[in-house]
Amino acid sequence: MRAFTYERASSVEAAAKAAASNPEAKFIAGGTNLLDLMKLEIETPTHLIDINGLGLDKIETTADGGLRIGALVRNTDLAAHETVRRDYGLLSRALVAGASGQLRNRATTAGNLLQRTRCPYFYDTNQPCNKRQPGSGCSAIGGFSRQHAVVGTSDACIATHPSDMAIAMSALDAVVETAKSDGSRRSIPIADFHRLPGDTPHIETILESGEFITAVVLPPPFGGKHIYRKVRDRASYAFAIVSIGAVIQQDGTGRVAVGGVAHKPWRIEAADTELPKGARVTASALLADARPTEQNRFKIDLVERALGAVIAEARD
Amino acid sequence: MQSPIQLEISRRNLLISSAATIAVTGAATGEAVAQGARTSMQHMSKVSLSVNGESYNLDVDNRTTLLDALREHLHLTGTKKGCDHGQCGACTVIVDGRRINSCLTLAVMHDGDEVITIEGLGQPGALHPLQAAFVKHDGFQCGYCTPGQICSSVAVLEEIKANIPSHVTGDLTTQAAVTPAEIRERMSGNICRCGAYSNIIDAIVEVAGTKA
Amino acid sequence: MQFDRPATTNPIDRLKVVGQPIRRIDGQLKTTGRAMYAYEWHDTNTPYAYGYPVGAAIAKGRIKSIDISAAEKAPGVLAVVTAPEVGERKKGKFNTAKLFGGDQVQHYHQAIAVVVAETFEQARAAATLISVDYAEEKGSFDLRQAMDTAVKPASGDPDSGAGDFDTAFKAAPVTFEESYSTPDQSHAMMEPHASIAVWEGDELTLWTSSQMIDWWRSDLATTLDVDKEKIHLMSPFIGGGFGGKLFLRADAVLAAFAAKAAKRPVKVALPRPFMMNNTTHRPATIQRVRIGAQRDGKITAIAHESWSGDQPGGQPEAAVMQTRLLYAGENRMTAMRLATLDLPEGNAMRAPGEAPGLMALEIAMDEMAEKIGIDPVEFRIINDTQVDPEKTERPFSYRNLIGCLKTGADHFNWSARGRPGSRREGNWLIGMGVAAAFRNNIHFPSGARVRLNAEGVVTVETDMTDIGTGSYTIIAQTAAEMMGLTIDKVAVQLGDSRFPVSAGSGGQFGANCSTAGVYAACVKLREAVSQKLGFNSADVIFENGEVRSGNRAVPLAEAAGSKGLVGEDTIQWGNLTETHQQSTFGAHFVEVGVDVATGESRIRRMLAVCAAGRILNPVTARSQVLGAMTMGAGGALSEELAVDTRRGFFVNHDLAGYEVPVHADIPHQEVIFMDETDPMSSPMKAKGVGELGLCGVSAAIANAIYNATGIRVRHYPITLDKLIGGLPDVA
Repeated sequence: MRAFTYERASSVEAAAKAAASNPEAKFIAGGTNLLDLMKLEIETPTHLIDINGLGLDKIETTADGGLRIGALVRNTDLAAHETVRRDYGLLSRALVAGASGQLRNRATTAGNLLQRTRCPYFYDTNQPCNKRQPGSGCSAIGGFSRQHAVVGTSDACIATHPSDMAIAMSALDAVVETAKSDGSRRSIPIADFHRLPGDTPHIETILESGEFITAVVLPPPFGGKHIYRKVRDRASYAFAIVSIGAVIQQDGTGRVAVGGVAHKPWRIEAADTELPKGARVTASALLADARPTEQNRFKIDLVERALGAVIAEARD
Repeated sequence: MQSPIQLEISRRNLLISSAATIAVTGAATGEAVAQGARTSMQHMSKVSLSVNGESYNLDVDNRTTLLDALREHLHLTGTKKGCDHGQCGACTVIVDGRRINSCLTLAVMHDGDEVITIEGLGQPGALHPLQAAFVKHDGFQCGYCTPGQICSSVAVLEEIKANIPSHVTGDLTTQAAVTPAEIRERMSGNICRCGAYSNIIDAIVEVAGTKA
Repeated sequence: MQFDRPATTNPIDRLKVVGQPIRRIDGQLKTTGRAMYAYEWHDTNTPYAYGYPVGAAIAKGRIKSIDISAAEKAPGVLAVVTAPEVGERKKGKFNTAKLFGGDQVQHYHQAIAVVVAETFEQARAAATLISVDYAEEKGSFDLRQAMDTAVKPASGDPDSGAGDFDTAFKAAPVTFEESYSTPDQSHAMMEPHASIAVWEGDELTLWTSSQMIDWWRSDLATTLDVDKEKIHLMSPFIGGGFGGKLFLRADAVLAAFAAKAAKRPVKVALPRPFMMNNTTHRPATIQRVRIGAQRDGKITAIAHESWSGDQPGGQPEAAVMQTRLLYAGENRMTAMRLATLDLPEGNAMRAPGEAPGLMALEIAMDEMAEKIGIDPVEFRIINDTQVDPEKTERPFSYRNLIGCLKTGADHFNWSARGRPGSRREGNWLIGMGVAAAFRNNIHFPSGARVRLNAEGVVTVETDMTDIGTGSYTIIAQTAAEMMGLTIDKVAVQLGDSRFPVSAGSGGQFGANCSTAGVYAACVKLREAVSQKLGFNSADVIFENGEVRSGNRAVPLAEAAGSKGLVGEDTIQWGNLTETHQQSTFGAHFVEVGVDVATGESRIRRMLAVCAAGRILNPVTARSQVLGAMTMGAGGALSEELAVDTRRGFFVNHDLAGYEVPVHADIPHQEVIFMDETDPMSSPMKAKGVGELGLCGVSAAIANAIYNATGIRVRHYPITLDKLIGGLPDVA
């Protein structure tokens, strides 16, 4: 870990300004992913701006009946929130499927969206990785790729986004609210927030320098059955091989996002409309352009089968 | 049993309780701190921590994790470093009432916080009920993950009481129950390679007052 | 003491302390965080510095140059020691790959430097400033590709046989042949390898985490080229080993060099992401099993071959060993072939040989039973043998495999097992599986010193280690039993090279051998007490804190006198292991559920029945078996070091990527010990269980998955991707 200076930000504006004035600065909230990466010098900020004390840890109902979740709301608190449990069960389920109790006590809403891939080659600084070191190559292509993406990949990167929470946010059409260093704010639909790898897998979101997440807003609840199905080798404390986040209405319509298959939460609106026709058709629409490796080809089947189980569960 | 191990305990207890407030100047010598100061003072910070009811003022490198502050600065080595990357749970401590991985948080982020470590839960001869239950049920073997397991289990029972849901909670809108399945899931962030899981669950279940 | 005749009645048979379910005497220390592990020794007056290791970034080649200038200038840095600088060192007797020294790189993450700084943070940061120019060489990293080049190892009894396998196999009415594979596995003990080195002149004190004090001490002396007597090694608490701490590791060598260079005591721990490639692992195997049998289930021919790889000079994974002894059959052959691989060193991990060997053999037995149409429990019972099947004149000392199978089947409600794929509860396909467990009983000499003081307290000193096995407790029990004391009158000191050399912790021999050593030392102490009191030692009784002879009774404290008394001895083993085959036996029963949609396998019930001689402490022995069952669950379902065959390293080298079981994977587990003693084994009449508990578990799980799904997976781990193609349609 490189040496860094440390400050506690006094306000949202001050934090954004401090970040904009120092391109080597990073915000730290829960720190559960950032410090992990700093220890390996995959992240090398020279300045940390601690944003834990900015009061961004509130959950409020919005004017239109939705929910505004502060960026610093801890995963545990979000999962346990009464409204979330009642109206956005998918989000609660996704959160508690992730990490461990200890990590969820620290990890934040914004940090979860911004967590980086768990590709083992990204984590090993001796190995080529376009995400860690642009232009160095992708070791996972042709290497150990069982966990990797099958859709939306590029020749530069086949990493996945590891978040469970983001799958729920995607299915729930969340909107990410941010503050920029010039004091302006913007709202970004979750679908636009994360990027596909393309030629620049090191650029993972559309956030600008110094811009930071203040909240994530959910639209008013839309009922239905909320199901998060996480498939993994061990029963807990493991990243998803594949996960399905779905809200399914009594008439079989609904919305679905898939985790563990892409560089971002994978949601295809056209696939949503196929849901009443069942898992096979929906999965085909979701993974139409899949380019799996030999090692992760099974994920194509697995998505369909897991989705089938989710649809069946919704019918029960 | 009289052994150097026991002598070690009494010596350490003395060390721990010798003053209400202890200033600790890093793991290194005074010379080292001076050198650190010369290179870049702002890479160091002053931190006040309450650990097991004692307050400590530390000068720490900003890079120092809460885990290393406890182990290398305060010599509270009951909190273990198993992976240093949040992948094993051996470093679990309770900060402001919540269990966290002390390896993935910086000491400097905890100024003014209250930390409880395994040493604060109980001592030989005056065990916390969960420590006693772990001994009774042989809920450990090598002992290295044990402090983390125990700190975690103390918090798990509180989390269930506080109605925080888990991955195996049935209905999200009803009170979470104290069942072996719930405890297993919630304890899953604490790896025990010796494989004492079955006994650990027996120990926790007994303290929780529910049937396995 | 020479143990060369079967044990007769001795003071241990009283079983007032030995055999009792006594809680660990180190339990309070461990549960309160007061047990001090290697990295934690702290003297307030000692200015410890911190060493951080640097590992090779390539799998094979040579270091052309190494630039340490930036690291040396980094804040707080006290010294940088590089492998080329220390030069080629003599290698320890037990190491295959070198630990540190010279410019050759033999495997990924082999230690090439250590940076010493005032603080851990400074050392870690400076370590990344070292830049190395390598001449990379092509290596061999793929076992399947290297199979054809595998050779018969020069030593270690690679081949065996009896009768005429080929002819008998061809003639058998029912024949079976299949291939299996097991992956590279990692010990993944919770405490990383760690050492603190302190030099005083030419004398070195090392706090470390070692299963085998004397092996480490000898090999460290060799590597450092110093006199063994100048090294003092201490390892009183070990945060797990599983074979990964049997042999000297790089942390000890780096700490010693670093402390010398920095002229300061230095602490070195291997970072977790560094461990899996820097240290040893259980090597992958490819195995072929052939069985020929009569229609009544009697095996007439059995063959087991195994291929594995290792660094040059290494050894095969002895996966065929149990097949030489486990089942009857007149015609048999086994063979091991070894390929040269440039992956990290393969070496012992809990139940080396038997663990992967039974993963294959016990699936094969399940398959053959089905082929013949016999229940797999019955098939194993039919083929039990009471003699070494390769040398039929050699009986087993005591063998109750049949008892284990029958007891387990009864207890587990085995008769409720249905046909493959026939039981479903909701989304779960349910199945049961069984496997036999087998592991040999091994003997190493073991010494101890026992001191009796004027308070009547007995202190045992031996360099034996407690890696979670319960050595502290069973040694205290042994001394208490021998001296007629309660356990609170016994203190135990372990893991110190100043104490008599013990068997150490490995091969499940530790419990039996080390307590036998304590037994021998106590016999000497009893003699000393008797002699001092003028008693005829033949009729002396040690009981209730007293020593009695005829109508005289003297409290032990008084007998000790102000100077105390000492007994010291080493147990030595005669040829009983040659005349009799000594082994431990068991049966594992498992019930699994397989998710019909996703193929996720989850264990619902586990039972182990073990026959392993006298159980010295049912609490700690049971824990050993529970832990082994858990490791077997990992081996069956998730554990695999993924090899990058292009770059030559284990890719998933941390605890997130290498998935060992967590709480949620493990149900309530049951263990039954058969009530038995084995007088051929030792005066304790005990054997070991720590590895037996792992043997066969993974195969029982594999067989249960087959029973649940009808899908036979022969390549571990049995992950969902190997199942979903064969599961029922759910969409």
